Formats: sequence, C-alpha cells, structure tokens
Amino acid sequence: MVALDARNHRIEGDRRHLGRALSLWLLALLLVLAVFSLGHGASGVSAPAVLLDRLAGRAIAPTDAVVLFDIRLPRLLTGILVGAGLAVSGAIMQGLFRNPLADPGLLGVSAGASLGAISAIVMGGALPAAISAAIGWHLVPLAAFAGSWLAMLTLYGIATRQGRTSVATMLLAGIALAAMIAALSGLIIYRADDEQLRDLTFWGMGSLAGSSWSKLQAAGPVILLALMAAPALARGLNGLALGEAAAAHVGIRVQRIKTGAVLITAAATGAAVAISGGIGFVGIVVPHLLRLIAGPDHRWLLVNSALLGSSVLIVADMISRSIVAPAELPIGIVTAMIGGPFFLWVLLSNRRALDG
Amino acid sequence: MTARACHSAGCGPRAALMALIAATAAALLSGPAAADPHPDASRVLSIGGSVTEIVYALGQQDRLVARDTTSNYPAEAQALPDIGYMRQLSAEGVLSVKPDLILAEDGAGPPETIALLKQAGIPFETIPPGTGPGGLADKITAVAEALGVPDTATAPVAALQADLDRLADISADPAQKKRVLFVLFATGGRITASGTGTEADAIIRMAGAENAVQGFEGYKPLTDEAITSAAPDIILTMRRGGAGAEIDAKAEDLLALPAISTTPAARNGAVISMDGLYLLGFGPRTGKAALDLHDAIYGTS
Repeated sequence: MVALDARNHRIEGDRRHLGRALSLWLLALLLVLAVFSLGHGASGVSAPAVLLDRLAGRAIAPTDAVVLFDIRLPRLLTGILVGAGLAVSGAIMQGLFRNPLADPGLLGVSAGASLGAISAIVMGGALPAAISAAIGWHLVPLAAFAGSWLAMLTLYGIATRQGRTSVATMLLAGIALAAMIAALSGLIIYRADDEQLRDLTFWGMGSLAGSSWSKLQAAGPVILLALMAAPALARGLNGLALGEAAAAHVGIRVQRIKTGAVLITAAATGAAVAISGGIGFVGIVVPHLLRLIAGPDHRWLLVNSALLGSSVLIVADMISRSIVAPAELPIGIVTAMIGGPFFLWVLLSNRRALDG
Repeated sequence: MTARACHSAGCGPRAALMALIAATAAALLSGPAAADPHPDASRVLSIGGSVTEIVYALGQQDRLVARDTTSNYPAEAQALPDIGYMRQLSAEGVLSVKPDLILAEDGAGPPETIALLKQAGIPFETIPPGTGPGGLADKITAVAEALGVPDTATAPVAALQADLDRLADISADPAQKKRVLFVLFATGGRITASGTGTEADAIIRMAGAENAVQGFEGYKPLTDEAITSAAPDIILTMRRGGAGAEIDAKAEDLLALPAISTTPAARNGAVISMDGLYLLGFGPRTGKAALDLHDAIYGTS
C-alpha cells in the first residue's frame, strides 16, 4: 500500500507531459482570438467583408482599408509581441531569481524606461529642431528603450565582479537604483506642465492605441529576437532551480545563463514598454498560472508563456477599446483589474498545494 | 511654443510683453491661419473644449456628432458621444463616429492617430491656439471658416471685441494694479498656485490685474513663506462643479491658513471664486469672464 501510494503520488505530481498538449491548445486559442480581434472594433468595419472585396479586386472604402490594415492589424501584431515579450520576461526573471513574484522591474528595466519616457515627454521640446524633426513621434519610445537598457546595464555592471554576477547584489542594488531613478523622475515631473503631466499619467497606464507599422518595424524585430533566443535558457533555468552551486555541478554554465537572461529580458521588456507604455501583471500572472497547470519545467513554460501572454493581451486590448467606445480605456487598467482578482482567486483555490 | 521658448530665453514680464507684441504683429501681418472651408460637412467631430464652445457660439451645433472629454460647455454638448481625452485619441474610436470633418484644438494627438485619420481621408482642421486677445478672435474666425460659414463669426467676434475694448477703457492705472494669487488647490492646507504662462495668469492680466506669483511657470505648490512674500491683495479660486466640488477651496478655509492670514487679501477678506470653465476656458466667453473678474477685483465700474 505504501509503495503504491508513493508511485501514485509521483505520477500525480509529474505534469511534464501536459506542457506539450497545453502549447497546442494555447496556439489554437491565440489564433481564434487573433481572428476575432481583427473583426472587432468600435467602427464596426467587418473584416471578412473587406478581405473578400480585396480578393475579388473590388474597390474598398479608404476608411475601411485604414481601419483594417493600418489600425487593427498593426495593433494586433503589437499586442501579440508585447504580450509574449512581457510574459516570457516574467518567466525568465522568476527562474533567475527563483522567486515566483520576480519581474523585469527588478532589473530596473521598468523604472529606466519610465525615466526615459518622462524625460522625452517633458524635455523633448528643448531638443534642437533638426533632431526632433528627424526623430518625430518616435522620441518617447526611443527614450524609453534607451532608459531601460541604461538602467539594466548599470545594474548588471554593479552586480558583476570578476566575471561573476551576484543575483543577491542585483536584487538589492536594484532597489537602490529604482529609488534614485524615481527621485530623478520626480524632479523632472516637478517641471512638467499640466498637459505633460496628463501625458505621463496615460503613458504609465499603457496602451496599444498608438500602434503603427513604423513602431512595429522598430520594436518588433527586437522582441522577436529575444523570444527566439529565450528557449536556449530553458535547461539552464531548470538547473538554477536547484541552486547555483548544484546547477554548476550538473554542468550548467551559470554565468552564461545569467547574462543571457538579463539581456533577453531587457530586450523584450524594454521594447515592449517602449511601444506600449506600462502594462502590468501579465509578466506575473501568466507564468504563474502556467506553472500551476503544467509545472515549472522551463522547456514548455517559456513557450506557453509567450502564447498565453499574447492571448491575454489581445483580450485585454479588445476590452480596453470597446468598454468605453468610442473612447478607450488604458490597457494597463484592464490587465490589473482583471489580472489582480484572477490571480488572487488562483492563489486562494490552490492554497493547499502552495503551502504543501 | 512661447512657453517653451521661455525656458531657454529667460522669462520676465518684459520678455512676455515682447512675445505678445511679436505674436500680435505676426498675426496682423499674416492674418488668421486660413482653414479650408467645409460648408457641406454635416458630421463634425469637435476636439477641444474651446473649439466645441465656439461651434455652439456660431450656432452650428446641429452639425456636431461627437466631442472629446474636455468639451463640457455648454451642458448640451455633454449629451454627444465622448471620443476620449484630446491628447490620447484612438483612431478607430474616432472613425467609429463617422465624421466628415474633424476640428481640433492645437495639441490634439497622439500624432500617430492624427496621421491615421488623415490617411483615412477625413478632413482634419487644426485650430490655432488662441491665448491673448487677438488670438481669441482668430480662433473664432478659424472655426467659422473651417465650417464654411465665415459670416457667423461676425457677431461673436464683435461681442468679444466690445468686451475687450471695455476692459481697455476701464483698466486700472498701472501703479494701482492689484496683486492676485490664483489658488488651484488648497487640499490639506497646502496651496498649489499659478505661476506665469498659465491660463490663470493670462486671465488675471486681461482683467487688468497682476499675478502675485512671478517666480515660476505653471501650477506649483507654494511654500508658506512664498505666499507671505507674494502679498496678494486678492485670492482667486475656481469652482469645479459636480464631483470636483469637493476639492474646491472654500473662502473661510483659505483665509484661516496661517500663511494667507498675514496677507492683505486676508485683512480685507478678499476671496473671489468663479466657475473654472468660464474663467480659464479661453473661448468666446473669455471677454465676459475677464470683465467679470475685473469688476470683482476693482468693484463694479
């Protein structure tokens, strides 16, 4: 009896086989949601009708064409990439810090991006005309991306001595750095006028409303590269779960994994935040939910996080653009309002499993 | 733009005066920015509180189909669908009200959205910002021209001009100008006041008075000592109405604050409270608002 129980328990606990099946389901979900999102919007333009017209070579009203091909399509693709980028970054950070509540904010990425955006919004007007004409609307995203990298590189530099990165130093120095960045941001905000303050507030709540092909061309490849590189970390992150020393003993090159994790996260999150502003909760809820369903094996966790992250963001975006139509609710509010209670419910209903 | 130039060039009253003269001269030389007329537009989207107010003042409200969040006046405007905050517009949201003309105050955005709207082939007319007396008339004219009804501007512009002329007639001797402190918030006993370059600063000057706070731009928290040294003769606040009424500064609470109690305003109990949109809206009613403010400061003339 005792032996049987032990075996049953092991089978019950082993959820690795679920990862693959789950990824197929999540892919199907993403495709369905993507099609639905294309056909859904405040203007009531019907995607199938416009596509049929185009295939048949009939003339399309310019408004309908713009709605479908220049508003909804880039917005959908941006949502997919941003959602995947945020969720995968969250999963990697949680693996690296061995803490289910870790997120890219610990690398200073979010604080740095927000300092960049704040500086661009408040002081962008002081740039020489030639420069602002060349950069145009891309000033805020560029500054946010640069800010996130600057913060991350500073932190990485502080935490790395003699070719070895201390995760604990990174965590603590990250808190100090975030405080300094917040003070600097506050200083700039103090100088801001009313319109700039409102712009800043909206930026912090995130939105996919400003999505465009040109933004996607700039940020898309960065996120895509990071997403493609992420699976290479999977085995290493699995090893790190045993602790750094044990991981090194089983042949994992720990320093490489750390460097890779930091770079991939900074690229994906930095680019995602740059084009969509601050969208919270996706990076924590999505990987957590997947761990509860299919276990902590990073080989599937990273892939599934990307798929579910995209789906969550598409749904949140559909809500954000329809709930107060013709106006729009910032998407960060939607993700937090739905994500928060949902996360709490998942935690409470799995309390026993988590405590045990 | 002038506000930004101030950062680098230094910004005293003289610089502001020079800027005002330059702007007026430019306006006289070039005339109001001519908008393309759209007399046939029947589904107009108005973006920006002052633009919406002007559309009503021109009697063209039947052509409006939607407005933005900042368009609160007149009350009927609030019945129109709201397409969101004017600097955070969503392209599809705007297209969903099927406008055939968009009239936007300067600063509507984000630029990505504006570019998409233009790409969708919807006429988009930007109305120049109308701070300063000449700018206001230009703004009204620009809206009337964009709507293809230039004649309707005659009456509101004449009324505005009459108010401004009257203000010029009755304006106080510069040596006897009263010093006015505009209080935006006084929550928790902490005063947030208007410096230079704000709508409050502009209306105070239009009313023939002087802003008591000259040291900074925009609305900022003031220390108690700065209030004492500003020595305002009058304290000006605004009523927000509706849900905002709770944060309105009340006269007795203001006068009871230690920093304010030392000022001439407290000795005379001089607190003026006016409707926020009327006072700071910079639309067709601004001439009247400046006159009212003048009368409240100096007594009915």
